Amino acid sequence: MIVSLVMAFIVGGLICVIGQLLMDVGKLTPAHTLSILVVAGAVLDGFNLYEPLIDFAGAGATIPITSFGNSLTHGAIAEAERHGWIGVLTGMFEVTSSGISAAIVFGMIGALIFHSKGQQP
Amino acid sequence: MDQGVLYFPSKPAIIASGVVAGPVEKQSVFAADFDMLYDDERADEDTNEKGHQQMAEQACQIALQKAKIKKQDVDFLMSGDLVNQMTPSNFVAATLGAPYIGLFSACATAVSGVIIASLLTELGGSRYALAGAASQHNSIERQFRYPVEYGGQKPGTAQWTVTAAGYVLIAKGQMNSPAIEAATIGKVIDLQQTDPFHMGAAMAPAACDTITRHLKGRGQKLKDYDLVMTGDLGKVGLSILKEMLIKEGMSKQDVMKIRDGGAEYYGDDEAFLAGASGAGCSASVFFSYILKQLHDKKIERVLAVATGALLSPLTVQQNESIPCTAHAIEISMK
Amino acid sequence: MDAKQYEDLQQSLSPKPSILKNCLKAFFVGGIICTIGQLITFFYIANFNFTEKTAGNPTVATMIFISMLLTGFGLYKKIGQFGGAGSAVPVTGFGNAVISAAIEHKTEGFVLGVGGNIFKLAGSVIVFGVVSAFVVALVKLILVTMGVTNW
Repeated sequence: MIVSLVMAFIVGGLICVIGQLLMDVGKLTPAHTLSILVVAGAVLDGFNLYEPLIDFAGAGATIPITSFGNSLTHGAIAEAERHGWIGVLTGMFEVTSSGISAAIVFGMIGALIFHSKGQQP
Repeated sequence: MDQGVLYFPSKPAIIASGVVAGPVEKQSVFAADFDMLYDDERADEDTNEKGHQQMAEQACQIALQKAKIKKQDVDFLMSGDLVNQMTPSNFVAATLGAPYIGLFSACATAVSGVIIASLLTELGGSRYALAGAASQHNSIERQFRYPVEYGGQKPGTAQWTVTAAGYVLIAKGQMNSPAIEAATIGKVIDLQQTDPFHMGAAMAPAACDTITRHLKGRGQKLKDYDLVMTGDLGKVGLSILKEMLIKEGMSKQDVMKIRDGGAEYYGDDEAFLAGASGAGCSASVFFSYILKQLHDKKIERVLAVATGALLSPLTVQQNESIPCTAHAIEISMK
Repeated sequence: MDAKQYEDLQQSLSPKPSILKNCLKAFFVGGIICTIGQLITFFYIANFNFTEKTAGNPTVATMIFISMLLTGFGLYKKIGQFGGAGSAVPVTGFGNAVISAAIEHKTEGFVLGVGGNIFKLAGSVIVFGVVSAFVVALVKLILVTMGVTNW
C-alpha cells in the first residue's frame, strides 16, 4: 500500500511538473496548458499507454487532468470496437461523466452557499 | 507650445479631497491619510459593482462636506473607472446630479479628470468641479483576469488592484490651497509589450515620455520638484522608468528620488508581488498623501504622474500589445 | 528607443520566475493531491463495492467536492499561488476553475450568470478533451479497419 502511495505521489507530481514547464518555459496560459495535457491523455490512450500507467501509478494517473482525455478516448474506442463508426460518438461520456457532473453540481451548490468575499492576496 | 503641455495662469486650487478604501487597504502604508476605511470590500452592497459605486460616492461626499459645498453647487463631475462602460461612475453621476463626462485612461483616469476640471476652471466655466476615480478589486479582477477564487499562479511582476476611491474638488485659484500650475496630457506609447501580468513594463515608456515632455515644455529639471511620484508602475516598472530617464540624460541622483504610489502602497509585503495598481491607486495616494505633504509644508512643488494601461481582456486574447499613457499634474503650494 | 531595445531593457530589470523552484513546488503539491486521491481510492475499495478500475469515478467526484470547499472558503487560491501547476493540473484544479466562476457570477443570476459563465475557464479542457477523443478514436477505427493495427 505504501508503494502505491509513493507511486501516486511521484507520477502525479511529475505530470504536474510537465504542466509547470509548459506554463513557465512555454509561457502558456493555464487554459492552454490543461488543454494540451488533456489531448496528451487522449493520444496516449490511443496508443494503449495510459491504462498501463493507471495500473502502475493509480491516483497518480487518474487524478491529473490527463485522465479526462484518457477516459473520453477509452469510452469512444470501446464503443467503436463494439459498434463501429457511431460508437466513436456514443461512447465518450459513458465512462467519464463523474468529473464533469461533479464539477457542475458542486459549482452550482458552491454558487448557492458561497460568495467571493474577504479578499487577501 | 510643446505638445500636450498645459499651463494654468489662474492656478486652479484643490480646495478639498475625499479618499476611501477597502479592508485590504487597511494594511497600506498610506492608510492613516485616508478619510475612511470600509470593513467590507462590497461596502455591504449586494454586488461588487454597487460597492464600487458606493465607495466613489462616499469619496465625493467627503470632499463636498470638507469644503462645505452642496452637491447642487457642483458644476462638473469628471470621473471614470475600469469597469465596462464605466458604469459605477455613471451611477455616481446620476446620484450627484452634476454635469458629467465619463473618462477612461485606465489607472490614469483620476489625473485626467483633474486636468479637464482645471481647464474648465481656468476658462471660467466652472466654480466647483469634482474630479477623481475609483477601483474595486473584485469587479476589476473578474473583468480583466480570472474569477477571484481561481487558483492561478501570478508571477512576481503582477500587481494587486486596490479597492479605493479618491476625488478632489477644484475651484478658482485661492490662498492656502494646493494649486495646479501646469499639466501634461499623455501620448499613447506602445513598445509592443504583451504581458498583462507585467503592466509596469508596459507603462514605464509612457511615464518616461510624459515626464520628459513636461519638463521640456516647462523649462524645468527634475530637481525643481520636491517630489516626483508616479501612480502605479509598481516596483519593477519604477526601476525600468528610472533606467529610461537616466538614458535620456537626466541626473542619476535626481532620478533615483522618483517614487511610485503602487510600489509603496503595501510596503514590503511580498504577497502583493510588484505592488498596487488600479484607478483607485493613484487617486487614493495622490489625493491624500501628496495633498497632506503640501498642506504640512513638507513639500512645495510636486509632479504627480498617473500611468494607465489601455488594454482590454479581448486584446489580450487576440495577442495584441498593451498601449499605455501617463497624465501629469504639477501641484504647488506656497 | 525601439521595441526590441526596450524589450531587452525590460527583461534585464524584471525578476524571472525561478523555474526550478516552481517545478519543485508543483511536484510537491501535485504529488500530495494525488496521494490524497490514492487514499480516497483505497477507502472506496475497502468500504464499498468498488474495484481498482471503478473506484476512479467516486474518487474524482470526492476530490472535486473537496475543491469546492477549499474554493468557497478562499483557500484554493493560496494553494494555487504556491503550487502553480501542482494545483491546476489535478482534477481539483478543474473543479476550482468551474466553481470559482460559478460563485463569481452569482450576481448576474443563476441562468445567465452562473449557467452562462460556469465554463468560462474550464470550457477549453472539455472541448479539447472531447474533440481529441473523437479524433483519436476515429483514427484508430480507420487504422483497424484498414488492418494496420489492432484494438
